[in-house]
Amino acid sequence: MLGKTANGLFWMSRYLERAENTARLIETGQRIALTRLGATDDEWTSILQSASAQGSFEAAGLEVTRDNAVNWLLRDPANPSSILSTIDTARQNARLVRTAITGEIWEAINSSYMQIREMLARKVPERDLPGVLRRIRQNAALVRGMVHGTMMRNDNYDFLRIGTFLERADNTARILDVKYYVLLPSVSAVGSSIDNVQWESILRSVSARGGFRMEYGIQGGPREIAHFLILDKRMPRSLAFCVGKLDNNLRYLTSAMPKACETQRKVTQLQQAYLSHDVDAIFDYGLHQYIQSVLGRLSDIARQIEIDFRFYE
Amino acid sequence: MPDTFDEMWGTSDELRDPYRQFHDWFTQEDSKRLKSKQRDAEDLFRLSGITFNVYGKAEAEERLIPFDIIPRIISGSEWFKLSRGIEQRVRAINAFLYDIYHSREIVKAGRVPEAMIRDNEAFLPQMIGVNPPGGVYTHIVGIDLVRTGPGEFFVLEDNARTPSGVSYMLENRETMLQMFPELFSQNRVQPVQNYPADLVRSLAASAPDMGARDPVVAVLTPGIYNSAYFEHAFLADQMGVQLVEGHDLRVVGGRVAMRTTQGYTPIDVLYRRVDDEFIDPLNFNPESALGVPGIMDVYRAGRITIANAPGTGIADDKAIYSYMPEIVEFYTGERPLLKNVETWRCSEPSSLSYVLDNLSELVVKEVHGSGGYGMLIGPTSSKKELSEFRKKLEAKPENYIAQPTLSLSTVPIFSRSGLAPRHVDLRPFVLCSPGNIRVTPGGLTRVALKKGSLVVNSSQGGGTKDTWVLED
Repeated sequence: MLGKTANGLFWMSRYLERAENTARLIETGQRIALTRLGATDDEWTSILQSASAQGSFEAAGLEVTRDNAVNWLLRDPANPSSILSTIDTARQNARLVRTAITGEIWEAINSSYMQIREMLARKVPERDLPGVLRRIRQNAALVRGMVHGTMMRNDNYDFLRIGTFLERADNTARILDVKYYVLLPSVSAVGSSIDNVQWESILRSVSARGGFRMEYGIQGGPREIAHFLILDKRMPRSLAFCVGKLDNNLRYLTSAMPKACETQRKVTQLQQAYLSHDVDAIFDYGLHQYIQSVLGRLSDIARQIEIDFRFYE
Repeated sequence: MPDTFDEMWGTSDELRDPYRQFHDWFTQEDSKRLKSKQRDAEDLFRLSGITFNVYGKAEAEERLIPFDIIPRIISGSEWFKLSRGIEQRVRAINAFLYDIYHSREIVKAGRVPEAMIRDNEAFLPQMIGVNPPGGVYTHIVGIDLVRTGPGEFFVLEDNARTPSGVSYMLENRETMLQMFPELFSQNRVQPVQNYPADLVRSLAASAPDMGARDPVVAVLTPGIYNSAYFEHAFLADQMGVQLVEGHDLRVVGGRVAMRTTQGYTPIDVLYRRVDDEFIDPLNFNPESALGVPGIMDVYRAGRITIANAPGTGIADDKAIYSYMPEIVEFYTGERPLLKNVETWRCSEPSSLSYVLDNLSELVVKEVHGSGGYGMLIGPTSSKKELSEFRKKLEAKPENYIAQPTLSLSTVPIFSRSGLAPRHVDLRPFVLCSPGNIRVTPGGLTRVALKKGSLVVNSSQGGGTKDTWVLED
């Protein structure tokens, strides 16, 4: 397969994943704003941070309000990470790799793009927001279903998966990075309602509330949340799960290659150094520092993929 | 002007045979249902992304070509005659190209003036003495035809460089099959769906001889911002081959190779949708970022097939066009089966004065123009337009040819008030490989959607239709 095609597939799936994650972050922010338990403007600041959109938001001179934050994340063309921008970029990449994906996947992406563009053509009134966000997530699910149901399990598929899981790991790590302090033992005044809202917001933003309840009932606290989001290999958005998938798909990809690739070595190292201890060791190391290191390694792995698979030269 | 020939109703409102079944069906259809089908068809096109980019219009970067649901129907016997004429013409074009890049017998015989070739912008001196693998110059040809009567077809243009539009032929049929399956049970329509398989076989058969293994075929596109990108991706996808851009390719070990995730893989046949002058910055336009530096050297060494061969443009040049009857006769020894439209070469003083005297009756085209740009349609032009064009013509007469305004046939379209006649042309697609010429039954029908208009180009308000060739 062409290096350019691998590049296009990788970024197509990263942007699709990013759009879905941003939709989930907006839902979380909106939910917390409505329940009026947290200090809401702070909440939008941390949502913008988690979506890597705070820098551009400030640069645009906008004031942190619900309306401004939602509009920036949903549809502002000046925000390259807005849902509208990411869906557009995902579709451009899909056009570029049209020959490497099935017709069904292309049509799913194209129809999602057309629907989302239509829905986001104007500012979304608050009463329409839940429906719009639901449709965005449904469209993302449609594309994922088409990938799952129609793609050959070959190199093309592996690059799609690698992009998806790298983006997802990055997203989970960023949410933890922004909210690490509410998970620190020293701050967790047990049972205080603020913390519960904060914890819930973390779980919601990675669609983990249901899974967490199933696992821990109503007992779990910050230590369990940190374990769940970082180390639980059954939780499809945890770091351990995403990096495990990254590792598997890299192995399929390189199994026929003559020599081991540098990306694989770096992923293995990430797993061994950061994902094979228990959660107490992470707290001992320092949660914030730990997450920063993981984020650094994830972006290093992304750079290495570009080199190893000849995305550009 | 004589009465316009309508392909459904003839000239005397008598239903023509190929349309009989269709007419029965149509008269029983509810026009509301058809209107909603017309909308469904548009949705299908939008979903599949079959769009084209209009140059110079940033705000509407991707546009749909309007599709009309009424098929254009041609009988098997009409098609048989037509396709034989097309084959003959394409054989002659390939022989002509070989000749002008080798010994130029046709010039020696005095049938085509030497200056016509030597001074032609589309003539490529780099191709002199080069032998394309398998001897084929034009692997893919689109012959533009117009019709003026029951058996009267004229060739308007031979597209021998990189003809486009075949994806519309295929998608139009696909859409009709989904919209109106019952029509295909009632009518025996010859299939077009084999085109991609025929194309990849034909390209593979034209590969340089490199042993028994399967040749590697790739499609070269200028990229996603090109107006025909959809078609490039569509064809690569349908053929199951790689779609590459210039920066994916380089010359490695005397072969043209593409950069894969595991290193460089050589290519045997490159179906390029990039113009001659951009194909090799070392040999042609040094500014080009679309091509492959050094590909011409590999080509001259016989180690890659470029389809179509560089330098084929001279065969579809509008000045050469006027010599096509002689060219066909010279190389095939047969009388041309397809007619040429009478053409005045404005480079010749006597023709020029005739053209200037009769400007309001004629169609005047730029010799190297395409897409319907820069042409004058005398009968529909204003006095001001005529006098402005006259100045251009007098300033650079060798840049123009002129033709009579033909009474193009009409085919019904589905309009708000029911069926309404509109002018059409037809572009059948031809595949050539060593010893084999194949014409796909039908082709792309372009239709001028504006009442009375003769301009069918998609960039100027034209639409398309499914084109049926019936089994007789």
